Amino acid sequence: MRRLSIARREALTTLWLAGPATLAMVLFIFLPVAIVALLSFTDYQFGATTLNWTGLENYQRLLGSTLGQRAITNTLLYVAIVIPASVALGLLVALGLHRMTGWAPGLAHALRAVYFLPVAATLVAMSVAWQMVLHPSLGVVNHVLAALGGEPRNWLSDRGLVLYTLAVIGIWQTVGYNMVLFLAGLVAIPPELYDAAEVDGAGGGWSRFWTVTWPMLGPTTLFVLVVTATNAFRVFETVATLTRGGPAFASDTLVYALYREGFVYFKAGYASAITMVFFAFLLILTFAQIRIVEKKVHYR
Amino acid sequence: MSTTPTLELQGVTRRFGPQTVLDRVDVSIPSGSFTALLGASGCGKSTTLRIMAGLDRPNEGAVLLNGTNVADRTAHERNVAMVFQSYALYPHLSVEQNIALPLAMRHLTTLGRMPVVGRFAPGSGEARAKIRRAVGEVAEMLGLEQLLHRKPAQLSGGQKQRVALGRALVRDPVLFLLDEPLSNLDARLRVKMRSELVALHKRTGRPFVYVTHDQSEAMAMADQIVVMIGGRVAQAGTPQDLYERPASREVAGFIGTNAINFFEPGSAPAGLHPAAGSAVIALRPEHISPAAAGTVEARLETAEYLGSEVVLALRAESGAELRAIAPGNYAIPAPGSAVRLGFDPAQVHVFDAASGQRIGEAA
Repeated sequence: MRRLSIARREALTTLWLAGPATLAMVLFIFLPVAIVALLSFTDYQFGATTLNWTGLENYQRLLGSTLGQRAITNTLLYVAIVIPASVALGLLVALGLHRMTGWAPGLAHALRAVYFLPVAATLVAMSVAWQMVLHPSLGVVNHVLAALGGEPRNWLSDRGLVLYTLAVIGIWQTVGYNMVLFLAGLVAIPPELYDAAEVDGAGGGWSRFWTVTWPMLGPTTLFVLVVTATNAFRVFETVATLTRGGPAFASDTLVYALYREGFVYFKAGYASAITMVFFAFLLILTFAQIRIVEKKVHYR
Repeated sequence: MSTTPTLELQGVTRRFGPQTVLDRVDVSIPSGSFTALLGASGCGKSTTLRIMAGLDRPNEGAVLLNGTNVADRTAHERNVAMVFQSYALYPHLSVEQNIALPLAMRHLTTLGRMPVVGRFAPGSGEARAKIRRAVGEVAEMLGLEQLLHRKPAQLSGGQKQRVALGRALVRDPVLFLLDEPLSNLDARLRVKMRSELVALHKRTGRPFVYVTHDQSEAMAMADQIVVMIGGRVAQAGTPQDLYERPASREVAGFIGTNAINFFEPGSAPAGLHPAAGSAVIALRPEHISPAAAGTVEARLETAEYLGSEVVLALRAESGAELRAIAPGNYAIPAPGSAVRLGFDPAQVHVFDAASGQRIGEAA
């Protein structure tokens, strides 16, 4: 057998290494997305043998109806609360624990595990716990509120409150994950930079943070932002288990609407349109974050 | 020049847990001097520097800056400048901002330091102009004018080194502390930066404290060398002192380009020194060379021709190994042949066999 040239052999190796994964990606990601994109222009229903081309009707229905608009604005509001709050809290907790490892390593480790628990736990199971905690008459929250002289609230069935309640649960769930990422980022900061900052007169708490910690956490922050944003956009479990989008669609979100239309009412065409809008939002957000922030984060 | 040294460490001891890293260290940095802290890695020289800077505090002992105890002053309050081995430049700031940072911290308020709003902070315009002028001067001195708007990631090692120096120079500190600043540069650049550092030292007139593990760097640049071994000061003195009168066997082994010859008691070639039977004798290779009338005889094992000189590895009749240096034009005999060697008796060092301390005055 004739030996292949080195270039040919290297090309074959490359193909062999990257080929299967590429094929899987095309088959299981790109192709379904393309199909969903096509379906979004039809009135297809699950199980039906025929479908009609309806053009932009599905999109008009989603963007034009109060229900569709509400799902979008609810999702955006939820994201707008969860991203900044969980990133800021994650950073704050990470800074605290990082400092604490200096004088109480045991306690810091224990607290880290506690903060990470919500990430590791199943959100559906945790939702049951939240339901108990937030119960209008039995819940701890209202008892504490009453003891402090406040007025008990219907956290999950008050139309004006429910979305914020869900946002708080969302924050509670992501802070631990963000904290772990920030902790890793903090450990990676070269200690000489802090020394340099101290010699240069930036050794005080605030100037130390602004001169060294925050800029050096730039890449971590970008990653945390992207991950938090995608997770926040996908909010589903809490909605499905605690409120089912209610009361009166006050906590309806894009993914829950997608689930309801697609898997309860079997409107595959409409659900596909929701998916595409959801996809577009995520893409725009991630792209913007990377374009705007990456330039400022990698310092080249 | 005042007689008070700029900086003095008195009986400084530093412990990390059970480990004593510095053991009653006394160091005095005269004003305007160039002091090298020389030692192998782990000898405590970097800790000493950090204590001088105020980045670390001693467990015992005092740090005096111009005669006053500065135990409770931060690095910034001491107004010392430090250049780090890794340069420690702020990666998100341009060269100009990196150099300007110490001045910005000193002359601008928190509001004034902010990127855009800062322009409108009261009194900041004047301070900014002053800072820009100072940065410009330093950049010119170091040849950084063309690089002021680059980020550290876009600079070569040598350029980063200059920026780090610039950040130290710009604030006119009372003392410069340099932690192995040249160790990340390639050999050629290192030699070039050596002379630049010496020139910079002359120009500023401020004392430099220079940490290094490279004895040739210390010998070439410093006017005072403090040799540290195992957390103690083994010897402090001028390069000549250390070379000609090493206080201990360890110092003698550390100083000098060519590794010094040590002869354990009883193993020295006959005729080297009368105390050879009971003490350790040391003689540098450059002080013993082939001579027709020499009194020491040894067999040649290998010879390294280096152009300007030939390094000979020999074995004496006593069995001891011995290295000698011959001039470059020396006709190298065949390996195994006997070579007669002459030496300068004034250059023979004698150390106590047990303590390793120097005995008598040989110079």
